[in-house]
Amino acid sequence: MSTAAVQIEHLGFRYPGQQGMCITDLNLRVEAGDRFGLFGPNGAGKTTLMNLMTGLLDYKQGSIRLLGQELGRHDKSFTRLFGFVPQDFSFYQELTPLENLAFFGAWSGLGKKEISARSAQLMEVLGLSDVKNKPVLTFSGGMKRRVNLAIGVIHNPSILFLDEPTVGVDIHTRLAIIDYLKQLNQAGTTLIYTSHQLSEAEDLCQTIALIDQGKIIASDSLQGLLAKHGELGLEGLFLNLTGRAYRDG
Amino acid sequence: MYKLRATIIKDLRVLTRDKVGLTLMFVMPIVLAIVITSVQNGTFKLVNENKVPLLVCNRDSGEASRQLVQAIDHIGMFSIIGVSAAQTDRQLTDRMHAKDALVAIIIPPGFSQKIMANAQFVASKALRNMGMQQDEKTGQPVRPEPITLYYHPVLQESFRSSIQGSLNGALQLVQNKAVLRSVYLSLDEKQVPDSLENEITGNLADIREIPISRDGSRNIPNATQHNVPAWTIFAMFFIVISLGSSVVREKLNGSFIRLKTLPTSYLVALVSKQVTYLSVALLQAAVIFAIGVWLFPLMGLPRLNLPKDLAGLFLVTLICGWCAVSYAICIGVFAQTQEQANGFGAVSVVLMAAIGGIMVPSFVMPASFRAAMQLSPLHWCLESYYGLFLEGGKLGDILSNILPLLGITFLLQVIILVGLRRKRLI
Repeated sequence: MSTAAVQIEHLGFRYPGQQGMCITDLNLRVEAGDRFGLFGPNGAGKTTLMNLMTGLLDYKQGSIRLLGQELGRHDKSFTRLFGFVPQDFSFYQELTPLENLAFFGAWSGLGKKEISARSAQLMEVLGLSDVKNKPVLTFSGGMKRRVNLAIGVIHNPSILFLDEPTVGVDIHTRLAIIDYLKQLNQAGTTLIYTSHQLSEAEDLCQTIALIDQGKIIASDSLQGLLAKHGELGLEGLFLNLTGRAYRDG
Repeated sequence: MYKLRATIIKDLRVLTRDKVGLTLMFVMPIVLAIVITSVQNGTFKLVNENKVPLLVCNRDSGEASRQLVQAIDHIGMFSIIGVSAAQTDRQLTDRMHAKDALVAIIIPPGFSQKIMANAQFVASKALRNMGMQQDEKTGQPVRPEPITLYYHPVLQESFRSSIQGSLNGALQLVQNKAVLRSVYLSLDEKQVPDSLENEITGNLADIREIPISRDGSRNIPNATQHNVPAWTIFAMFFIVISLGSSVVREKLNGSFIRLKTLPTSYLVALVSKQVTYLSVALLQAAVIFAIGVWLFPLMGLPRLNLPKDLAGLFLVTLICGWCAVSYAICIGVFAQTQEQANGFGAVSVVLMAAIGGIMVPSFVMPASFRAAMQLSPLHWCLESYYGLFLEGGKLGDILSNILPLLGITFLLQVIILVGLRRKRLI
């Protein structure tokens, strides 16, 4: 059996001071090289699970392995294996894209020459070459999303975690980001992606898991899910499994 | 090392693009130092060089009151404006409301007569005690009507006390002369010669003022020597506005989240911020000191005399700056919003400056504040600077001030580390 990019077993998590479990006995396997989508309604536990997988939150129950290595048992150098693109713009808006990449590239463990080469490549691929020396503060939302993505992949990670990477962008930027993510995946990067926009699942994901109330309620390849619930479609399946009530109230 | 270099460059770029922060860090303290030194220098000149206008309404026609006016004039502190004896108290105070003068005295009618009567009584009593007069008639002491001193309420208490002390001195002189003359007359002597009178009643010994110093220099402290070090410290601690909110901004804009997922310890960022902002603090001190040395004389203000121990000055500035930077980072680590960091940071620095002796000299503070003063890092910074700038001390002389400052700085560093640990950043 090949090494999984992510292997989660019996994971349980509760926020300090909260009564109920946020994640309950969760099991999940994402194969290396996969384009994996984690979907669920608001408050289902997507971001919490993402934060647990990236080490932003500590877990006490169960285990999370990235490329076979237990997440909680390694020092920070282990984080070099993966990249993370948070939902928020996580960079310095006063700086230019190149200046941001220089800083985050260094923090990702790259040398000056590598940073320079990767930055030029990323600016080109993500269509930011013309504005690479302008402060990000002046950019549109779509351009900022691309800067956010560029910083997450500067060090060519084996696994890339993306939390709603296309939220708030126009169709052109969304398609450009999805195209670029597919290119990354073809080059060997495993993508682990969360969103509540199911339409993106069909564009990008090979494997899908639906999460609700901290549990995986369905998980299969996109084709497998569509074959089983073809008449409902992904949205129908989603509503069928999670209900129609408000989840963020 | 490359990570640290990249982080310092990033911090410098962020800092230099924060125009408001830069203005607060450099322009504000320079303006404060210039304005406050000018104001205090003006007050110093008013007391020591300019004369205080004094309205004198002499309703007495005798010799003693004339001598009193002469004695007041002789003090050299007042510019006497004579007022007609016919003027009423109300007319006099109206002139004071118009700010013709801030002080006025009224010498009551019969003042000289009563001074002389009292002098004769005192002289007789003294001669009887010495067995030089047989007359058993004792008589009664005569108390002259008090001299009325009007002062404008804007006059500060310390200034008023100084004026009152000077007037009392003049009055004492007149009374002593009157007693001396009475003694002479009672002994059937001729009138006391003026030269002898002056020798008896005048000060035989002058007061020589010498500021104490450790290096033997006799530089007289002035408003610049007091204010420039004080406001330099204030400026360094005001870094809290820029640095504190920079840390909070990083937390709020998600940069912290990204940094937590990268294979680098946040300690690198912590060291970078300290190196960057410590350089800023040193630059602030250099700019303010340079203004004190070169610009102040051009503005008519006293020149700042730098201490002889320049290495000591650099080290004290370095430690003060480090303490200020540590305090700012501490505020940034624990504040939840930029408003919290700016509000609490600014107010706390002003309070620490107030209890630390930056705004009011520490020796005039009530005893209850003295304990609180020890907790203010600005107090120890100021004492260290004063040891160098005013006392002419060297580093060894101010160790007792540097050690508590270092203690506070280490404590702040521990609090920062605990705070970052709780946020799982290190």
